[in-house]
Amino acid sequence: MTAQDVFFYIFALIVLLPAIVCVFHPNILYAGLSLFGSFFGVAGIYLLLGADFIAATQVLIYVGGILILILFAVMLSKDIYGSKFQDEKKKKILPTLLGLTLLGFLVKFILTTPWNMTLTDEAPLPTTSRLGDLLLTDYLLPFELASILLLAALIGAIILARSK
Amino acid sequence: MSLPEFLKDLFASWPLLGILPLWMYSLLCVLGLLFLFLFPFAGVAVYIERKIAGDIQARIGPNVVGPYGILQWIADALKLLLKEDIIPALADKKLFIISPMIIFLSGAAAYAVIPFAENMILADLNIGIFYLIAITSMVALGLILGGWASNNKWSLLGGMRAAAQIVSFEVPVALCILTAVLVTGTLDMTQIVKNQSPYHWNIFHNPFMFIAAFVYYIAALAEANRTPFDIPEADSELVSGYNTEYSGMRFAIFFLIEYAECFVICAVATTLFLGGWHPPFIDISGLALPLRMPLQVMVFMTKAVLLLLVMMWIRWTLPRYRVDQLMKLCWEVLVPFSFACLLGTAFWMALFKGKGIPELIYTLLGWAS
Repeated sequence: MTAQDVFFYIFALIVLLPAIVCVFHPNILYAGLSLFGSFFGVAGIYLLLGADFIAATQVLIYVGGILILILFAVMLSKDIYGSKFQDEKKKKILPTLLGLTLLGFLVKFILTTPWNMTLTDEAPLPTTSRLGDLLLTDYLLPFELASILLLAALIGAIILARSK
Repeated sequence: MSLPEFLKDLFASWPLLGILPLWMYSLLCVLGLLFLFLFPFAGVAVYIERKIAGDIQARIGPNVVGPYGILQWIADALKLLLKEDIIPALADKKLFIISPMIIFLSGAAAYAVIPFAENMILADLNIGIFYLIAITSMVALGLILGGWASNNKWSLLGGMRAAAQIVSFEVPVALCILTAVLVTGTLDMTQIVKNQSPYHWNIFHNPFMFIAAFVYYIAALAEANRTPFDIPEADSELVSGYNTEYSGMRFAIFFLIEYAECFVICAVATTLFLGGWHPPFIDISGLALPLRMPLQVMVFMTKAVLLLLVMMWIRWTLPRYRVDQLMKLCWEVLVPFSFACLLGTAFWMALFKGKGIPELIYTLLGWAS
């Protein structure tokens, strides 16, 4: 087992353990907060793959943005951190089935996709400028579509917040 | 080259130090930065701030401990270290303890990419400035958790205000940083400084950069919760905001990181806009390395500390904003201005093929720059 493998398993644990806590913890604030570890673990795996820009983006967007929004939503909602959050048994079967189906699909595609894997000992090259080039040439349409989606969400949020 | 690599090269032929692995040097550098720079600097900054506050308000300020009260910060630190550490009975104990840890982590981790001089940067990342934006955005998480865990209305309000403020002002800050990145064409902190020179500071590159520097400074003030934007800890409304229930060493960490963050802001402004370690109009790149590096550190620190003094000056002269005024300022003034700067700089770069005003003047006068 190389050092890279060791680090991969460490990061995988850092991703998985908080994710399990997130699903099973009765207190929704702790459940949301445990994602902190997960997000960092994913950033670590990106780093291990040499994707420096994506790793920093992961921390910026997920820890600095989404996690704070989740905590905001939890703290501003009334009586949300009671013990009653997870006891409704009837609602557990369908989500479990859906989750398992999704997992099945993911596993199938991970196993059948031909990953273009070539491992080298060289240090990974900086990715930022190449990402920028690709986003504005080969992947311009998805990039613009994502921008339009975000803009629509932004305008929607403003309209929702403004309505009396 | 980063500082650990530089030191390893320097001591490569020494009997004992030469065989230390690189990670040992990194560890030593991190510890050195924390204990020899960060902690004393924050302490001295507190003393200087109190002295300046005294001067501005026609008082004397600290004057008992040592000559001119200069040892006051050591006394303060000792007091905070020895104070009883109180956790309120109804507080959420785990989160109460974790919150200062997260704040310390993100505040101190920002120092990894500050280029004090050539080879004097802890980690020479190729995404340097972007890493800094990402890692400092975690402070908001620590503040909101601290406010919530204290189980106190003032603290919760302070924490919420802090998080909302930091998330909002991150937008103009990031846009202004992006403007500077547009001019230099790299995210690497060392390269950003090297792309400037004693005659070409980024702030004078074009009129839009000049505005962007000021927008950055104002927005960054708000991001560090400094007066006139200190509504998260507005004493007259919220007692002391998110740190009301904290005492002893945990309170000291909040305080320490506030000053550490202020220095990071000034250091980033220096790096991006004020030419980093380049002194104005004097080219020192010809000097020998042992002479050049200390000079560069001095130049860098002078610029950063001057900006820090301006920060203190602002704090003790301006009154505080209201919450709604603050958000208005962010979304209706600073964000449009920073977008205008970004677009303007982009047009300038396309129009003049990346040349700044100094270079254009040199070309007009026929000088070789």
